[in-house]
Amino acid sequence: MKSKRPSVTGNRPSTRPSTGARPSTGASRGASVTRRPERAPAPEPARQQGAVQSKIRLADKFEAYFAHHSTSAIDSLVRLLESPFQSLMTWLVIAIAVAIPAALYIGFANLQHLGETWEGSSQVSVFLRPETTDARAEEMRTKLATRADIAKVIYVSPAQGLEEFKAQSGLGEVVDSLEKNPLPGTLLVTPRLQNGSDAAITSLEQSLLADPAVADVRLDMQWVKRLQQLMVLGKKMVFGLGGLLALGVLLVIGNTIRLAIENRRDEILVVKLVGGTDSYVARPFLYTGLWYGIGGGLLALVILGIGFFWVSSTVNQLAALYQSNFRLQGLGFFGSMQLVLLAGLTGWVGAWIAVFKHLIQIQPR
Amino acid sequence: MIRFENVSKRYDNGFESLSRINFAVEPGEMLFLTGHSGAGKSTLMKLIMQMERPSNGQITVDGHDLNRMSNSQIPYYRRNIGVVFQNHQLLFDRSVFDNVALPLQIAGLSHHDIGRRVRAALDKVSLLEKERLNPIVLSGGEQQRVGIARAVVNKPTMLLADEPTGNLDPELSEEIMTLFRQFNEIGVTIMIASHDVELLKRMNKRILGLVEGKLVHDGVLW
Repeated sequence: MKSKRPSVTGNRPSTRPSTGARPSTGASRGASVTRRPERAPAPEPARQQGAVQSKIRLADKFEAYFAHHSTSAIDSLVRLLESPFQSLMTWLVIAIAVAIPAALYIGFANLQHLGETWEGSSQVSVFLRPETTDARAEEMRTKLATRADIAKVIYVSPAQGLEEFKAQSGLGEVVDSLEKNPLPGTLLVTPRLQNGSDAAITSLEQSLLADPAVADVRLDMQWVKRLQQLMVLGKKMVFGLGGLLALGVLLVIGNTIRLAIENRRDEILVVKLVGGTDSYVARPFLYTGLWYGIGGGLLALVILGIGFFWVSSTVNQLAALYQSNFRLQGLGFFGSMQLVLLAGLTGWVGAWIAVFKHLIQIQPR
Repeated sequence: MIRFENVSKRYDNGFESLSRINFAVEPGEMLFLTGHSGAGKSTLMKLIMQMERPSNGQITVDGHDLNRMSNSQIPYYRRNIGVVFQNHQLLFDRSVFDNVALPLQIAGLSHHDIGRRVRAALDKVSLLEKERLNPIVLSGGEQQRVGIARAVVNKPTMLLADEPTGNLDPELSEEIMTLFRQFNEIGVTIMIASHDVELLKRMNKRILGLVEGKLVHDGVLW
């Protein structure tokens, strides 16, 4: 770079004596400063400096990159813990938003599980006319058992039915006081389900009704089917609710991060002025979002755990009353981990949105 | 090192901060930029720092055409320029050491190199024994020296100082100027914005004089 101006060339350091030698610099404090550099590892001359900078080894850069990741992660966590009450509030908000859909999901998953158990044992109850004899019923049973669409047929005679009723209902004395057995003979038909198609069930029902000895046919599985459909609907609603609450978490974290960015505005400006890239500046805030999400997720697990403990004893008692060995099922280890990761991811995304909306606007002026 | 060709800067509100500025600075030069407040000193510095883009004209710094530089390149460009501010721009949530280390951490130096270079820079400004302190407890002159240490720690080829002695008494300003002169002697290009006429007289260096956004003087003091 050559200048045409004489004054410029005249001022080149190379063409004039060093200003450091001039007597006018003899202020006492200034002199004390000038004596010291001999001790310092003197910076190399300017001409070499560009080369020195480009010589930062790639390995060092990677090391520094990962070091900045870990310091950002630790620093942002420490910052959150330095204001525990405020952080706990944010964590709680996130935890509640995570726990509600998760709890509903667990509930529906359990109901569905319950429904599946019932569907396996679903039966068609064929009630026979009262005048039908046991021999006739037995004949019907063997005939039905050979059908392709029927897996199993059990005959419960009126007397057997009464015994079972006495045993299970605890109304033995009442039953004993009855003059005659009011129960009809019953054939319990377990269909061989071909993907549980409704048409097959209906045709089976029709053919069973065709027998003159049959008074009525009850499909025990119909309500199970309806329950299944309700479960599907319920699950969809859980996902919808989960999506909405995730949006809420995004907004909460976005706003929290926005405040954090405003609080550290000065630092951001200085970092940008000394050559910090946008991703360097963004990194601590992204980690903050991640910690908010993960903390909220963990807290949600605690809430779910308490709720599970609280509900499961009641459920177990209820199941015992129904003589079922049904047990409430939780999320399990992997489900819990997924929940925490999902919450962390949501936190990170919320932070990312806030960072790239607000951080870009902060430019040194 | 720095070349301004027909550079104008007009802000959105129509105010023309700089109009048709032409000058060139050789590598290793030390010069002053003077003028009343509002004359365009800060704008000129900001143009070099890429904090603002010129409305017209071309700026070349160390071979880079600043008009052709993308936003993503700006951070890397800034790492070659040290800046000193009147209000120091130090961070009071960390120690003197960490303030000075900031540019090196950003540039991705190893932990070992950072410690070595920060101590060398602090030694240069005679603040080595105060590295563990928070800069808020330092005097104005000491804070300014921390700012200078931070500006030079990355061994920049160029140093920009905006009113570095603005708040300091003459004795302290002299101290700061001596530091700048030492860096200049090892080849760093130095541009200092100042309206302290006494200081300019004592330093007896090339001066760019700005009046209402126009370059009216270029040379040793009139």
